[in-house]
Amino acid sequence: MSVASRKAVGAGLTLLTGAAAALVVAMLAVILVDVVRGGAGRVSWEFLTSAPEEGMTAGGIFPAIYGTAVMTLLMTVAVMPVGVLTAVYLHEYAPPRSRMAALVRVAVTNLAGVPSIVFGLFGLGFFIQFAGGALDRALSPPGELHYGRPALLWAALTLAVLTLPVVIVATEEALRAVPREHRDASLALGATRSQTLARVVLPQALPGILTGAILAVARGAGEVAPILFTGVAYFLPELPGSVWSQFMHLGYHVYVLATQSPDVEATRPLLYATVFVLLALTFALNLVAIAIRTRTRRKAAAGH
Amino acid sequence: MAGTGEEAARPSPSMRRRQVREAAIQAVITLVALTGIAAVVLIFVFVAREALPIFTSPEVGKETDLARMFLPQAWRAGRPAFFSWQPVSDVPKYSMVPLFVGTLKVTAVAMLVSVPVGVAAALFTSEFAPRRLREVLKPTIELLAGIPSVVLGFFALIVLATVLQDTFGFTSRLNAVVAGIALALTVVPVIFTVSEDALTAVPRSYREASLALGATRWETAFKVVLPAAAPGVLAAVVLGFGRSIGETMIVLMASGNAAMTTFSFGDSVRTLPATIAAEMGEVVFGGAHYAVLFFIGVELFLFTFVLNTLAAAFVKRVVRRMAGTA
Repeated sequence: MSVASRKAVGAGLTLLTGAAAALVVAMLAVILVDVVRGGAGRVSWEFLTSAPEEGMTAGGIFPAIYGTAVMTLLMTVAVMPVGVLTAVYLHEYAPPRSRMAALVRVAVTNLAGVPSIVFGLFGLGFFIQFAGGALDRALSPPGELHYGRPALLWAALTLAVLTLPVVIVATEEALRAVPREHRDASLALGATRSQTLARVVLPQALPGILTGAILAVARGAGEVAPILFTGVAYFLPELPGSVWSQFMHLGYHVYVLATQSPDVEATRPLLYATVFVLLALTFALNLVAIAIRTRTRRKAAAGH
Repeated sequence: MAGTGEEAARPSPSMRRRQVREAAIQAVITLVALTGIAAVVLIFVFVAREALPIFTSPEVGKETDLARMFLPQAWRAGRPAFFSWQPVSDVPKYSMVPLFVGTLKVTAVAMLVSVPVGVAAALFTSEFAPRRLREVLKPTIELLAGIPSVVLGFFALIVLATVLQDTFGFTSRLNAVVAGIALALTVVPVIFTVSEDALTAVPRSYREASLALGATRWETAFKVVLPAAAPGVLAAVVLGFGRSIGETMIVLMASGNAAMTTFSFGDSVRTLPATIAAEMGEVVFGGAHYAVLFFIGVELFLFTFVLNTLAAAFVKRVVRRMAGTA
């Protein structure tokens, strides 16, 4: 091939790959613009703070926001200690070439790949039928179901299992960014392993751990499939009174408005506004997480 | 701090206490780390447990078994045998084949779109883009992964379906193409991220050697870097495949949900995960339909487990290849 034709092929291929990248960014932009144009104008203080009315064709989405927030909070409380300690085990405590650490890693990678709907089945089979069923046999009057039915707590725990890999991966990356010398210095000064962990390593890894928490929240707030059978409800006249109540959820609300509305045209503005709120929420969280992560990575690169 | 300043040679009571406490903390952390393993095992066990009646309960066995789930059945005497998913009918029919066909059709469309786009975008980002652009491009494409799937399902249902119908004139508005393209939006970030990681892991010495021998930049990218990172790119494709098989909300909203065994991509389809999501709300607890839906869950778990294991093996090969030559 002549130099000129080689250059031409090169330019063509480079352009083609560039076009692929541009296409992905363009799709993202199209979705964002569509949602913002259709939804932003409809979002008002009243929309955010009132309940749906007239068969979901009027009113707001407050119960869905509230349900999503409470469920996500419970999920975070459940997943953070387990996720952080697992990462601490993998990076700080596991002996090199540990069989168990290798097994934990394989499990976590596989957990991240399990389809979200299978988590829903797991929540139904394990939390509701098995755990809830056992609680009912022990605590409820015979024949009554108090714990063995869909509830806020069961949905939160199901999502906690789903988001576990997110927290573990983010925390481990944060731990990796803490320079080894800091640990050595602390140990040399006579601190124990756990003291070094609590006072030197974890404080430095905090931004990264926070990233993990934020990513988990963003993921957990947006997932619908796992909560379909474990706690979410189509419409509830009251806010959930306890962790044993069912709840409304932004993502599920989008699904219901989009697919089961009796009057598509009447619900469309509400649908767009709800999507806008959900997207704004998860995007804001993701942006914050990306910003923190970029900073941590830069710092880690500078430290080595 | 307990024990500071004491001679290390003679273990004092406070020193002993410290050691015990350290051992206890280590034990607790190790124990907690087992949760991940326990979760995977429990997911399999408890999903499989609810599917078990298909094999053990005579009552459920009357309605379905493995042969009826996977082989064509002649439901009326004298009629040709065929595959049918009709769980709510006088004679419930639980053939997996229409669901497999639906899942594969949607996945095929998704992969056809997302593999070239994802890999090309990764190649551009790691080999051709100026550094400034790369630093913006990577997080932006990753942001696509942050869009909840229910929002993509909404977008496919309300916007994409209309656009595609106007362009191609599909007979059914919701079909395998609409769902597949929407699915590609979640698969692209997976393929992009994993491929980009594999491409950037290729040592700079490879590129320098190729350029020094007189190859151009694109020749280096396509003939040296891409082949070197091939197992990683393959892992990306396999992970993307697993992701698209298991995705629920998008296909539930955008595929039309008709369980048909046809090979036209313009027909409505029903996938395995969408079937679980759509029907679990209306089943009798412990009945045949209920068990079959959990059986689909077992299938999905096993498929993705195999795909993940495969992808992990590919990634390991990249790591070893790069470590051996860097």
